[in-house]
Amino acid sequence: MTDTLHVPILADMLAEGKKPDVLFWVGCAGSFDDRAKKVTKAFVKLLNEAGISFAILGSEEGCTGDPARRSGNEFLFQMQAMQNIEVLNGYDVQRIVTTCPHCFNTLKNEYPELGGKYEVFHHSQFLRELLKAGKLTIQGGAFKGKRIVFHDPCYLGRINQTYEAPRDLLKALDAELHEMGRCKKNGLCCGAGGAQMFKEPEKGDKDINVERVEEALATKPDIIATGCPFCKTMISDGVSHSGKDVPVLDIAEAIVQAGDLS
Amino acid sequence: MAAQLAFFILLTAGSVVFAWQVQRLRRGLAMGRPSERNDQPLRRWKTMARVALGQGKMGSRPVAALLHVVVYVGFVLINIEVLEILVDGAIGSHRFFAPYLGGAYVGIIGFFELLGVAVIIACLAFLFRRHVMRIPRFRHADMKGWPSKDADIILYIEIMLMSALLLMNTAEAAMDAEAPVVVGHWLAPLLSGMDENSLHWIERIAWWFHFAGILAFLNYLPRSKHFHIILAFPNTWYSKLSARGRIPAMPSVTGEIKSMMDPSYVPDETAVPDRFGAKDVSDLSFANLLNAFTCTECGRCTSACPASITGKSLSPRQIMMATRDRVEESLDKGESAKDNHLLDNFISRESLWACTSCNACVEVCPLNIDPLDIILQMRQYLTMEESAAPAPLNSMMSNIENNGAPWAYPQADRAAWINE
Repeated sequence: MTDTLHVPILADMLAEGKKPDVLFWVGCAGSFDDRAKKVTKAFVKLLNEAGISFAILGSEEGCTGDPARRSGNEFLFQMQAMQNIEVLNGYDVQRIVTTCPHCFNTLKNEYPELGGKYEVFHHSQFLRELLKAGKLTIQGGAFKGKRIVFHDPCYLGRINQTYEAPRDLLKALDAELHEMGRCKKNGLCCGAGGAQMFKEPEKGDKDINVERVEEALATKPDIIATGCPFCKTMISDGVSHSGKDVPVLDIAEAIVQAGDLS
Repeated sequence: MAAQLAFFILLTAGSVVFAWQVQRLRRGLAMGRPSERNDQPLRRWKTMARVALGQGKMGSRPVAALLHVVVYVGFVLINIEVLEILVDGAIGSHRFFAPYLGGAYVGIIGFFELLGVAVIIACLAFLFRRHVMRIPRFRHADMKGWPSKDADIILYIEIMLMSALLLMNTAEAAMDAEAPVVVGHWLAPLLSGMDENSLHWIERIAWWFHFAGILAFLNYLPRSKHFHIILAFPNTWYSKLSARGRIPAMPSVTGEIKSMMDPSYVPDETAVPDRFGAKDVSDLSFANLLNAFTCTECGRCTSACPASITGKSLSPRQIMMATRDRVEESLDKGESAKDNHLLDNFISRESLWACTSCNACVEVCPLNIDPLDIILQMRQYLTMEESAAPAPLNSMMSNIENNGAPWAYPQADRAAWINE
């Protein structure tokens, strides 16, 4: 496998008369946040590896509006939504995959009533389909026998009832999958949802991410896995706060590292 | 004859007061915007059958679920006996159905008696959980004062009503070895040595206490969290059925934006609300207010809320209790409370901004109550009407407006990661 990523821009691809099978919605974190960019690249590596025909919007993509809407700014949310829908419908996009559960939820559940109807996947669902179809092989390799605990992102798990896709991928790594007491529909939020990512927490006894990381570390994990850029940030910060040295990886990163695809 | 007269006076008074209470409640619920949740009736009936009738969401806490189902089944089945109480009271008979049902009557009464004993045990266990085990969700700051007292009163009343029923049967069994009861005979030795006259009085007093107690309890319900025994049914019928992660679009905003993007588009001016979001209960929907009156303050929401768990001022249960308190205040004080609002007077801004919208409260509520919906509508008011979002959120939003991302990076660089 080569080091260069193959990342077509949708406008260019259409100009060449080609149409991708799926649009990869990178999201703001995936585009600009250092930790999330690693996830973006890992996912692209897997798409390249599996030979998937995809494209990104590039500079034509804009925030879905999720944090604005959850901050109460319906006006700004709908502005973003309508602009994005105009672009997506203009390109006749049918299928979208994204690595961000917040983008996933908004595109899937909130765009339809504003005229944006697409088939939307979280990357864990998309990768699991590739695995099932035999287009992607996951190697245990480096992670064989390692203890992995999965933190459910609220917007993927409880809010969109997707619990097994990320777990099926982690199980394919030959790792030992462990669960926290509060998992799946009872999963505890990392503290970033509802636009909390962008503000300081209100005063209290402790920060939510610290509470969550204590629970995760109690399972004695070698790796904490998750499937959301905000969760990744919050959990990573919580691990640093605890003074421990446990890597926090997105599912896509875990698969890439395990198979030594990088 | 005097007894029958007293019976009818009590029954009429109890019913009239209850009807007035229900009317008052209807006025309270009508303060909200009309609900749009009238679609998909089949799914709504099914949800009601599963969640309210079948208690489908109670099982996640098995001990509480078991105790609760005992009281629930006890309440529903033992109340069948009220039918006989009504007939006996009205025509002055004693155990009207006994001759018609024969042996089956004894079986049914015996079953009710055993249920009554089980209800007493369950209520004692509930008191034990509240006062000896001191389960945190019952001791949280929002339970101080009336809410805790209300919970205790309900349990005491239930214990007294069941005890009266058992005492009545025990006294009758002590008088008559052939009395058509079961547990009464087991307990009769407790009353041995009492003369017939005293036993007769005990039996009559227990009967009247039970009858009057039911009417009193009926009228206590609408002022208490315990009204969930009735409101659970309409409340689950009005459950949110759309995708959990969807916040419904405001049509007035949609019209506005469409006319900005397409100058030929004419928005519907009548769709513009008096106020964006919710500052007071009158801005909330009927379903929100029904939620508030249905809430039985069990605190599962608060015990699952990440903000509450980490000591923030937000408690989803408090959001529901505050909403109900504000409606009650408007009903009772009317004009004199018109300068109060749900916001600030009952729910703090700090609580509203502490929510992560994680939906844990919505998930765990055994009655499909949705505190998050109220929180988000109040945030809409704060942001769209008062521009009062916390400063970092305002920066985040101006970044989205300026460069299409919550951080200040140019939109043109969105694909820059490819070459980094």
